[in-house]
Amino acid sequence: MAEYSAFALIRNALNGNKDWKPAWRKPEPKASYDVIVIGGGGHGLSTAYYLAKEHGITNVAVLEKGWLGSGNVGRNTTAVRSNYLLPANTRFYEHSMKLWEGLSHDLNYNVMFSQRGCLNLAHTPAQLDDYARRGNAMRHQGVDAELMTPAEISRLIPAMDVSRDARFPVYGGLMQPRAGTARHDAVAWGYARAADRRGVDIVENCEVTGFLHEGKRIVGVTTTRGDIRAKKVAVTVAGSTGRVMQMAGIERLPIESHVLQAFVTESLKPFINTVVTFGMGHFYMSQSDKGGLIYGGDLDGYNSYAQRGNLPVVEEVMAEMLALFPSLAPARVLRSWGGVCDMTMDGSPIITTGPLPGMYLNCGWCYGGFKATPASGWCFAHTIAKDEPHELNAAFTLDRFHRGALIDEKGQGATPRLH
Amino acid sequence: MLITCPYCGPRDVSEFTYQGDGNRQRPAPASQNLDAWNEYVYERLNPAGDHNEVWQHSGGCRSHLRVVRNTLTHEISSVAFARGHVAHRSPAKRGTKT
Repeated sequence: MAEYSAFALIRNALNGNKDWKPAWRKPEPKASYDVIVIGGGGHGLSTAYYLAKEHGITNVAVLEKGWLGSGNVGRNTTAVRSNYLLPANTRFYEHSMKLWEGLSHDLNYNVMFSQRGCLNLAHTPAQLDDYARRGNAMRHQGVDAELMTPAEISRLIPAMDVSRDARFPVYGGLMQPRAGTARHDAVAWGYARAADRRGVDIVENCEVTGFLHEGKRIVGVTTTRGDIRAKKVAVTVAGSTGRVMQMAGIERLPIESHVLQAFVTESLKPFINTVVTFGMGHFYMSQSDKGGLIYGGDLDGYNSYAQRGNLPVVEEVMAEMLALFPSLAPARVLRSWGGVCDMTMDGSPIITTGPLPGMYLNCGWCYGGFKATPASGWCFAHTIAKDEPHELNAAFTLDRFHRGALIDEKGQGATPRLH
Repeated sequence: MLITCPYCGPRDVSEFTYQGDGNRQRPAPASQNLDAWNEYVYERLNPAGDHNEVWQHSGGCRSHLRVVRNTLTHEISSVAFARGHVAHRSPAKRGTKT
């Protein structure tokens, strides 16, 4: 019987909740492992889980410098979608979507995945044509997509101003019905618990301070809790990639670190039941089950590791929200925060062997890493176990920039702040 | 975040346009060294700490500026006109002409 179930809930309710075990152990790090995963965020934890589940590699440690899930997995706006244009991205994110669809069952942990759809609004006829093209590309590759008329959008989101008098009138939109949201903390906790139950050591408050070398080969790490050796060292540190790779002697990467802000309002009654994105700027919003509107916009636009942003972007995001939903003017903002994003030179991620022998690198998620959590770990686990990429991540190499094989979804070129 | 423009004085960051990493070295236009071009176009030092950057006071005097800014604290330790900058003469020159 599953550890978490209705029966377990009733049994524990009757015996004073004495049978619950901690969701994961707090092990002391061992002297050596088969695989060390640096970074206890969503991607690191899912990597460890799929290493154990798909490849039978359970002598694994996940090293987290702070507490589990304290980075970007708990800072994103929780949207999950696979509405990409380019084949490499579509295949990868659609695989992720399929994993999301079975994730709560697979992990025996409710990640509250809610397929409430994601709607990209078009505000000009040309933009609508472009979305029709993207929708067709998605459907060709087996992903669901539907074009919506302003009347249909108005029925779906009554609060939205779809009149011709709106500052940017809505001409239609592209809907992916299977997209949605998930509770981001539960994703971290669910993967952590599922990996722990399969024997993975999750070691919190263990900051990597350097790498152990034998010749050119990486054979382990030095940490604040002692040296730990490993046959394979995997790096999944999201916004800290530059800092961690510098410890390994990698001075330059095709990455800039930028800060992305997000916001949540006080709890409101049901207002929108989908994820909506504004087409005349950069703005996206959904409503949590608790009632808060969760939204964000563009990067601040300059290199930053600060996990906090500045006021100009706050002002811009609020202005875009009000252009779309004038009725939200009295809504009070409860919190705002920032996360550090690895912005790559083409807006697509990196999941690869190397760049040093014994090392594996997963980074460059720009600000789209949350939806990728299952497939990122799944593909990275394959790459680590087999010493070669799976066909789903074969295009996400580190040397694709040098070879000119970019995956530039937005066609912005090597300007990371614009991806 | 305030940037002290050497011409206009302290101004809000919203008056400025970020033009990116100032550490990049553009190869000579005729260079066929692909590694040097790759490094210039795609590779970044991306430090956590002091970072050399190029900004333009696009909402003010339109000067191109070389700024040293800490990426951990957003603290700015120096701002100078880009035109006097020797180590990166060619990209800075190109910038001021356009």
